[in-house]
Amino acid sequence: MAKVLSGGRMARLAEKLQSSWKTVVVAVPFLWLLIFFLAPFFMVLKISLAESVFAQPPFTPLFEWVSEGVLAIRIVFDNFVFLWEDNLYLNTYLNSIKISSISTVLCLLVGYPIAYSIVRSSPTARNIFLLMVILPFWTSFLLRVYAWMGLLADQGTINSLLIWLGIIDQPIRLLYTEFSVYVGIVYTYLPFMILPLYANMEKLDISLLEAAADLGAKPAVTFLTVTLPMTIPGIIAGSLLVFIPATGEYVIPDLLGGGNVQMIGRVLYNEFTANTDWPVASAVAIVLLLVLVLPMMLYQHIQSKESES
Amino acid sequence: MQGKRSTFLVAMLSFGMAFLYIPMVLLVIYSFNKSKIVPIWGGFSTRWYKVLFESEDVWAAVSLSLKIAVVNATFATLLGALAGLALVRFGRFRGRTLFSGMITAPLVMPEVITGLSLLLFFIGLKGLIGWPERGFTTITIAHITFSMAYVAVIIQSRLAGMAQDLEEAAQDLGAKPFRVLTDITLPLLAPGMLAGWLLSFTLSLDDLVIASFTTGPGSTTLPILIYSRIRLGLRPDINALATIIIVVVTIGVVIFGWLMLRQAKQRERDMHIAAKS
Repeated sequence: MAKVLSGGRMARLAEKLQSSWKTVVVAVPFLWLLIFFLAPFFMVLKISLAESVFAQPPFTPLFEWVSEGVLAIRIVFDNFVFLWEDNLYLNTYLNSIKISSISTVLCLLVGYPIAYSIVRSSPTARNIFLLMVILPFWTSFLLRVYAWMGLLADQGTINSLLIWLGIIDQPIRLLYTEFSVYVGIVYTYLPFMILPLYANMEKLDISLLEAAADLGAKPAVTFLTVTLPMTIPGIIAGSLLVFIPATGEYVIPDLLGGGNVQMIGRVLYNEFTANTDWPVASAVAIVLLLVLVLPMMLYQHIQSKESES
Repeated sequence: MQGKRSTFLVAMLSFGMAFLYIPMVLLVIYSFNKSKIVPIWGGFSTRWYKVLFESEDVWAAVSLSLKIAVVNATFATLLGALAGLALVRFGRFRGRTLFSGMITAPLVMPEVITGLSLLLFFIGLKGLIGWPERGFTTITIAHITFSMAYVAVIIQSRLAGMAQDLEEAAQDLGAKPFRVLTDITLPLLAPGMLAGWLLSFTLSLDDLVIASFTTGPGSTTLPILIYSRIRLGLRPDINALATIIIVVVTIGVVIFGWLMLRQAKQRERDMHIAAKS
């Protein structure tokens, strides 16, 4: 072969081969995501602009051939108007944002000192604590939520303990309240707060803290003027990793909130499965996406900056 | 960053670990409870393990979930590694912004949205071309789509931290780009791919919401089965199942952690020897 081809043609062939396998490397995952990630969103968008009908499939077509060569396009914004006018949906969106915001702050308050104290441990202790933070993440999410059902139930561990200690004589309602939803979210999302904080703090320069202390700063002042500002990237990344998925959470409000805590993820699921109203469920999803698009873009921005540096 | 810790920090760390672990320890203790009512202790017994092992639907669900998890992890690792490679090593190419956007989006996308959109898409596709049948295939495709994002992120961070020297040296010595990929880049990526495989495997075994949307009649994964039972209240056989899962994961994580620690120490020793000579 080599004898037949001249040097220049060889090089060109090699270049072609190289660019073709590069194309394959990009194209395979790219195509997969276009088909199974992007296309499904347009499907949701399309159905959210249709009308609900009692048929199979249960929505009107967006495009229809009225007669030979005439294409009718039917776009209905009724579903979005319906979401806006029905207080149930508006309140549920607001309630979801409230619950996930408060949970994010709680995660930060609990997670920050933990991450900080892991970073300041000896290297061996550091690895052990890190594994301990990661381990619950590898066990089942569902079963960790279930563990709290046993703790918070009327006959559960916490109530039994309080009665046994003589602090209360009647069980207090803990399960199926907003409180239990907060506990569940903080418990399951805490590792997502601790790990980015840890990754950020690990890179910090302790000499700056020592310099502040040498110059006579009180620990509280050092914390507020040196440590806190330097850990802001970690705080933002951790908060987004808790806030975004918690807003759309379905399992926790369903198992720990019962019917008493309305969150949008649960409404979406029920709208689709129980009411089989596909267009309204799709509209609920589109609006949820719009609510979360800014925090999601912020997270993407941080991620891409991180991978470039 | 290391130094003195205040009592406050030690207290917070102890509180945090207690908060993370007490609920799981209680799950394990109650699995050995003789009483049918989970939080009321009725004496030690292993009867719930017997109940668990004898129920056929649990075994069927475990086997379906494992099958999905293995297929998912394998495909997600391949696709995610390609995506990570493309993003770090290929510089700018057409559609890069869209591509990197689609890679990170599934990491933070609420599960209900991913689940709903994939289900609607599968139903639409089925109407058009008669494929796919809902069940194993659709759950696996859905899982690959979000798992590959995690793999891509792992590969990306590994590649970014990896010097290109070796690849360039091989190229200078006349290795073809494909040869560089198979002989240099892939072996260096192997630990990252293993981590990605394990993570994808776990994510798939753990997923309830997306599987609930994309499943079909008769395809009950383990999380779907657990969920349908605990929705109605506490069940001691679920505690037994949780205990088994916790024990398996703990053994796995401890072995993995031990290996990592040993590898780190080995590297330290090698560096020490290299520095001396």
